[in-house]
Amino acid sequence: MKLIIKNGHVISPADNLNDVCDIVVQDNKILKIGKNLKEIADNTIDAKDKIVMPGIVDMHVHLREPGREDKETVSSGTLAAIAGGVTTVVSMPNTLIPIDSIENIKLLKGIIEKKAQANVFICAAITKERAGRELTDIMKFKKEGVVAISDDGASVDSAEVMLKALKKAKDAKLVIICHSEDKFLSASGVVNLGFTSTKMGLRGISKESEYKRVKRDIDLAEKINASLHITHVSCLESVEIIAKAKKKGVAVTADTTPHYFALSEEAVWGYDPNLKMNPPLRTKDDVLAIREALKQGVIDAIASDHAPHTENEKEIEFERAEFGVIGLETELSCAITYLVDEKILDMSELVKKMAINPAKILGINRGTLGVGRPADIIVVSKDKEWVVKKNSFHSKSKNSAFLGKNLKGVVECTILGGKIAYVNTNSHK
Amino acid sequence: MRKSNNINWTKKDLLDLENLSKEEIELILQTAASFKEVSTREIKKVPALRGKTVVNLFYEPSTRTRISFEVAAKRLSADVINISTETSSVRKGETLIDTGKNIEALRVDIIIMRHNYSGAAVMLARQLKASVVNAGDGWHEHPTQALLDMFTLREKLGRLEGLNVSIVGDIAHSRVARSNIWGLMKLGARVTVCAPKILIPPAIEQMGVRVSHNIEEALAGADAINVLRMQFERDKEKAFPSQLEYFKSFGITKERLKSAKKDIIVMHPGPINRGIEISSDVADGGNSVILEQVTNGIAVRMAVLFLVAQANDYIKTKK
Amino acid sequence: MSQFKEKAKILNAEEIKRILQRLTHQILESAPALTDIVLVGIQTRGVYLARRIQSIFKETEGVDIPLGTLDITLYRDDLTTVGVRPVVKETKIDFDLTDKVVVLIDDVLFTGRTIRAALDELMDFGRPKIVTLLVLIDRGHRELPIRADFVGKNIPTSNNETVEVRLSELDGLDEVAIGEKV
Repeated sequence: MKLIIKNGHVISPADNLNDVCDIVVQDNKILKIGKNLKEIADNTIDAKDKIVMPGIVDMHVHLREPGREDKETVSSGTLAAIAGGVTTVVSMPNTLIPIDSIENIKLLKGIIEKKAQANVFICAAITKERAGRELTDIMKFKKEGVVAISDDGASVDSAEVMLKALKKAKDAKLVIICHSEDKFLSASGVVNLGFTSTKMGLRGISKESEYKRVKRDIDLAEKINASLHITHVSCLESVEIIAKAKKKGVAVTADTTPHYFALSEEAVWGYDPNLKMNPPLRTKDDVLAIREALKQGVIDAIASDHAPHTENEKEIEFERAEFGVIGLETELSCAITYLVDEKILDMSELVKKMAINPAKILGINRGTLGVGRPADIIVVSKDKEWVVKKNSFHSKSKNSAFLGKNLKGVVECTILGGKIAYVNTNSHK
Repeated sequence: MRKSNNINWTKKDLLDLENLSKEEIELILQTAASFKEVSTREIKKVPALRGKTVVNLFYEPSTRTRISFEVAAKRLSADVINISTETSSVRKGETLIDTGKNIEALRVDIIIMRHNYSGAAVMLARQLKASVVNAGDGWHEHPTQALLDMFTLREKLGRLEGLNVSIVGDIAHSRVARSNIWGLMKLGARVTVCAPKILIPPAIEQMGVRVSHNIEEALAGADAINVLRMQFERDKEKAFPSQLEYFKSFGITKERLKSAKKDIIVMHPGPINRGIEISSDVADGGNSVILEQVTNGIAVRMAVLFLVAQANDYIKTKK
Repeated sequence: MSQFKEKAKILNAEEIKRILQRLTHQILESAPALTDIVLVGIQTRGVYLARRIQSIFKETEGVDIPLGTLDITLYRDDLTTVGVRPVVKETKIDFDLTDKVVVLIDDVLFTGRTIRAALDELMDFGRPKIVTLLVLIDRGHRELPIRADFVGKNIPTSNNETVEVRLSELDGLDEVAIGEKV
């Protein structure tokens, strides 16, 4: 089985590629890259005037299985992924049945093997039931193929437990993905604390609740020379703390999500629960700081924090609605619309943030188009516009923060392991 | 005269004052002035909303606001149905939207809603073709209360522009405070909010108000003072000062009023806690307009019901 | 909003003045007693016409005839169809109507619907002995069995024509014009 992608503008900074050329894929690997390749293939993809890049690696995704298959399944979530140009996802452990034991990891692996339509890597829990008290079998997890550990949705409150976890993770060569939030400070807040919480008459989530925990986690990692990754960074202060730590040589990396670089707190003033997430949308200054941090390399990666919820859990009173938004199918378009179009990043830097860096942080063999590498490739119409609608989504859930928005960038084709896994047939896109 | 004819009310709902223009607020107040006369007639009823059905949907117990709306609707000849959470299927777990759509399916024209969650009215209005009037949502807004406060003030002092109005009490958890701040600011009044630090929400200065933690400071130079009800029963975390402590530092007493303007107007949205936020001699004294506020509430609510009903009829005929 | 395209002037200031004097006389002649007469003007121009008639009574007879104002917006049957959202103006009748001879005053009589609404509202205020109707212009096209007792001038019109009464208190000058809505 041989496939050739012809005449696309190939962007793969890991391979120093940023030019029009052809890619030949055989079986599941990249066979050749070059100009005007005369190759007889079983299948040809015409990528003229399109961008060809490595498939996106999204290191923060909630697939909801096992336990909440009404929100999303491994199957539906990975279908959403490939439709969004995401060929690799990291599944977070805060499922109804938490991924905190070998048994549950095996259960999830079984589902992935049968159902996944994209590469799924597992992030397991730091502590049992993500309760922040008793550590899981971190050493054994590595052998099961787990790529990271996290208590996402919660932070390990005890510094002592967190320090132990960092040590174990270091020994196991696993990265800890930190959802940095001090729940005593964020309490029962639902929107950014300040003018927004005051005028809306809602409880606020302070920036302190985030950045104080970012600081603590970094300090702990520094103490024992461990590495850690801060996820969904939302505010200026967190950015400053991370920048300082990086300067000092602490092995810290960070990601942010499209909603934090695209939207500010004003967006939530209409009480639309589809704009309710944790951390909350922050101020315009924070958005600028996040963008600058992406530009300067303080924030290494972009992830979606794809958090599907049913309409029953979202189309209700704002305070009662669940936190979180879906993002797999909009993240690339958001990055193009809000970062590339606004000259924060160029396409090559975008590939770094969305493919190369996450792969590096996780230590997985993805993010490049080198000969012999796994053939996860996407073909993108960079300037094509589309309007986000509920029926645009392959995800089981429709809780997007970008509904009604006009975005740029359409994934035309996704090649997963050398096979065409998705072709855009939506006439609106 | 000609000029005022050009201002139209085009919104099917009244959800907040924040998103109304100065002109829209003035139109409500002006319309309310005309409606006030109706309640002085021997036959206190006009046929303006004859054949319309109004539902009072109350998720929080409230006697005075509900009755005020009910009287207002009846004086406009509308039929009124009262639904409270005790008697509705809300207890059985029905969602707000489902409840709203079921009420709408009964061909109800206006839903007046009191809800304990901020933003509930905004959300319901988005989903329904019926008019929604916010009768208080969480800590967010209580637009008709602020409108009647403003109506009373303007009636007493002839204007709102340039007035100094102090709002005293639990600003952090008060929808009355928020609506008053937006409305008064839009009409050119200067607003001071006064409370212990713990009851002032963050960044409230950005709404354009002055913040004071000293009652004497808030009273000095004030043309009017709006005393909020202290809801100690809601203070589950016991973070508030004690009742006695509060009365000592912030209670409005005759003694305190001596340092204020002689004819300062004292308002209170009710029900009053005598001896907690206000002393009896002030509540019943010459500066108090508390009962006039109640009377004016009818006129303001009649005006609101009339305007939203008319706008919604117009929207429907256009479609 | 449609605009008024004027075709001709019907009355000038002097003519309006003379008509109002004549109408005042007619009221006087028809009423059993001067003290029984009360005037009620319909917002907006009817109120100004009523005030002028009130002052003619004062000049010629030396009496203060009670004057009330009526805003019929809340009694209209076309609230949902009128293009401009009407503004509710003042209604003020601060005297007892019982056993009085009410002279209801409006500028133009057309379909009769305004007068129907005014009569309904008036009845909510009390039980007058007689209600009569005075209009400056009667342009025909009645849709209800209503007629005026005192008419300033009959002006035959077609349905697409309109009559505009302009009064100095509101419009800067006194005149009546006929035109078309375009």
